[in-house]
Amino acid sequence: MRQIAIYGKGGIGKSTTTQNTVAGLAYLGKKVMIVGCDPKADSTRLILHAKAQNTVMDLVRELGTVEDLELEDVMKVGYGDVKCVESGGPEPGVGCAGRGVITAINFLEENGAYTPDLDFVFYDVLGDVVCGGFAMPIREGKAEEIYIVCSGEMMAMYAANNIAKGILKYASSGKVRLAGLICNARKTDMEFELVSALAAKLSTQMIHFVPRDNQVQRAEMRRMTVIEYSPEHPQAQEYRDLAEKILNNKMLVVPTPLEMEELEDLLMEFGVMEAEDESVVGVAEAAA
Amino acid sequence: MSDKIKKVEGITKESTQAMIDKSLAVYPEKGRKKRAPHLAPNDQSSESACVKSNKKTVPGVMSARGCAYAGAKGVVWGPIRDMVHVSHGPVGCGWYSWGTRRNLVTGTTGVDKFDMQFTSDFQEKDIVYGGDKKLAVLLREAKDLFPLAKGISVLSECPVGLIGDDINSVAKASAKELDIPIIPCNCEGFRGVSQSLGHHISNDTIRDYIIGTREFAEPSSPYDIALIGEYNIGGDAWSTKPLLEECGLNVKAVWTGDGEIEKIAATHTVKLNVIHCYRSMNYMCKVMEEKYGIPWIELNFFGPTKIRESLRKLAELFDDSIKEKVEAVIAKYDPQMQAVVEQYRPRLEGKTVMLYVGGLRPRHTINAYEDLGMTCVGSGYEFAHGDDYDRTAPEMPDATVVYDDVTELEFEEFADALKPDLVGSGIKEKYLFQKMGIPFRQMHSWDYSGPYHGYKGFPIFARDIDMAINSPTWELVKAPF
Repeated sequence: MRQIAIYGKGGIGKSTTTQNTVAGLAYLGKKVMIVGCDPKADSTRLILHAKAQNTVMDLVRELGTVEDLELEDVMKVGYGDVKCVESGGPEPGVGCAGRGVITAINFLEENGAYTPDLDFVFYDVLGDVVCGGFAMPIREGKAEEIYIVCSGEMMAMYAANNIAKGILKYASSGKVRLAGLICNARKTDMEFELVSALAAKLSTQMIHFVPRDNQVQRAEMRRMTVIEYSPEHPQAQEYRDLAEKILNNKMLVVPTPLEMEELEDLLMEFGVMEAEDESVVGVAEAAA
Repeated sequence: MSDKIKKVEGITKESTQAMIDKSLAVYPEKGRKKRAPHLAPNDQSSESACVKSNKKTVPGVMSARGCAYAGAKGVVWGPIRDMVHVSHGPVGCGWYSWGTRRNLVTGTTGVDKFDMQFTSDFQEKDIVYGGDKKLAVLLREAKDLFPLAKGISVLSECPVGLIGDDINSVAKASAKELDIPIIPCNCEGFRGVSQSLGHHISNDTIRDYIIGTREFAEPSSPYDIALIGEYNIGGDAWSTKPLLEECGLNVKAVWTGDGEIEKIAATHTVKLNVIHCYRSMNYMCKVMEEKYGIPWIELNFFGPTKIRESLRKLAELFDDSIKEKVEAVIAKYDPQMQAVVEQYRPRLEGKTVMLYVGGLRPRHTINAYEDLGMTCVGSGYEFAHGDDYDRTAPEMPDATVVYDDVTELEFEEFADALKPDLVGSGIKEKYLFQKMGIPFRQMHSWDYSGPYHGYKGFPIFARDIDMAINSPTWELVKAPF
């Protein structure tokens, strides 16, 4: 069983990419479980055609304790026999979403969700690893393979570099490795080259460049993956290619995250950022 | 036992149910609905639980329960004397759980026992930045200061589970660096409904980190046993261990009273596990049975009747030499116990007792009271599960009240209706009953006395019960209301 965690900046398309890739793996005959680790609980809707799945934490709240929960109450099976679980958690601004992830994963372990017939477990994790709870999927004995979804936008690359720093911490004491960047293209300038260059600096690869295509949105409106909605569409082939590449990926590295200056240099090199002009810092428009 | 149905004059299923209904009447409907299944008259012949248990306490009532951390530190880990036990988190949990359980230990502090308070003393910055680095420093310092400690346990308090510190990976790295066992236990207080989950988590941790990692130095024999779920409260283990040895058995390890990690780690090689506190350690007995084929037996060493019965049950599992020794032991102590009964029984005959303790004594001690001529008219547990209540039914007189996670209101109402001559419960209940003019014994810690276990314990038990019930104090004080 390979356990894979997907990280990346919020809104970059982690859940969409994860579900389409998982659908690709299922298409290739693989047994997969998705564990959504985001209180928004939108990691499984395309597989289940559901608005929102009953999450582990929803039911814990209802029943009072996690001990009264049964696995079949929270695990649903969707397209391609993909097993789906959402950790769930509080609305923004209250409680502790990170603990929700810990509780949910502990529950799955204790109740035998990790069956030997599974080829893959995917953790779709909240954009920012803001506390220890969101690092739960990459603790020892869990995901050892991490993909970062990013694009050629500056903030997405900052986020990718920061996530690489987090991975480095876990990699130095355990088996967690960076397996690649997935570029979810935004059609920014020189996007392919820029993300490839960032990948190289991080000592990893850009495992796939997923072009932007509205077919993804058309499928999403029907709560479906592209692979299920329009298997013949070229975009479906892109996700199948990504699934195939992940299936055969052997390049697992300890990342080499960049210092802020290096990252800025890289962005300047590709013209995303302009060189800083110290003489204009702190000078108001009228005074200039 | 179930071959004889015990009746109490004036107590019927109907009278008990009426008393329960009366106590429930003041609750709002939702609370009443939740509490009702936890209270019932005993059906002695049923051998099955008459109440629901191991459920979340109803908000708004006062519960005597503890938390998962309390179950881990206070019960399972704390008594292991040759380890340093770190309360990982803010200082309060460690401080208020320090030395409160009267699990006595031998040894010299700092040399072969480490009964001090160790804590990582979390501050704001540790919550914000994580306590993992601090923990690594603490472990190093503990090893430097106490190089003779045989291991370190790291017991998570609530905030550690919230911020998601990975104590397991710190423990692993530090164990390697310091070359001693470091055991991480994820026993955050908010987990589960009571201290019971802390016991379970700790058992799982022993399974994952300790059992099977050592061998006993001495060669094995057919008479090797371990005493499981014996925490040496008030010196209980110092009564039961020599007793079993007198019966010809080698008690190779005690879990965890006056315990030693290396002996616990080698317990997978014994021939039989004798379990005393079933609730807190049945998990490991079952693990050792499944993994190493070690059978286990639950025995009761409270009062001469149960001791005799238990020793004979135990002897059945061994050869004739043990059977002979057991009979010799019984023949030796029976007259001594008879003398105790003759001394105290006339003063205690016909007296009644109500019990409310943790997970074992509400059933195990009933017969010891009966040996003294007393009757148990109500019993219940803080954190028992269904299988504990199954085992309770045959011990209690028929139709007497059984209460699970009893609230202060219900307990008071029952005592008011039943007018027991003694209540045996915990420190939080003590003053309520004393104010009602009812003699009380704090039966978690043996009220600073003990041991109560085995032949050595029974005379002390009988003396203490007599002292509580027949104290002239109760004649001298009159409640002003």
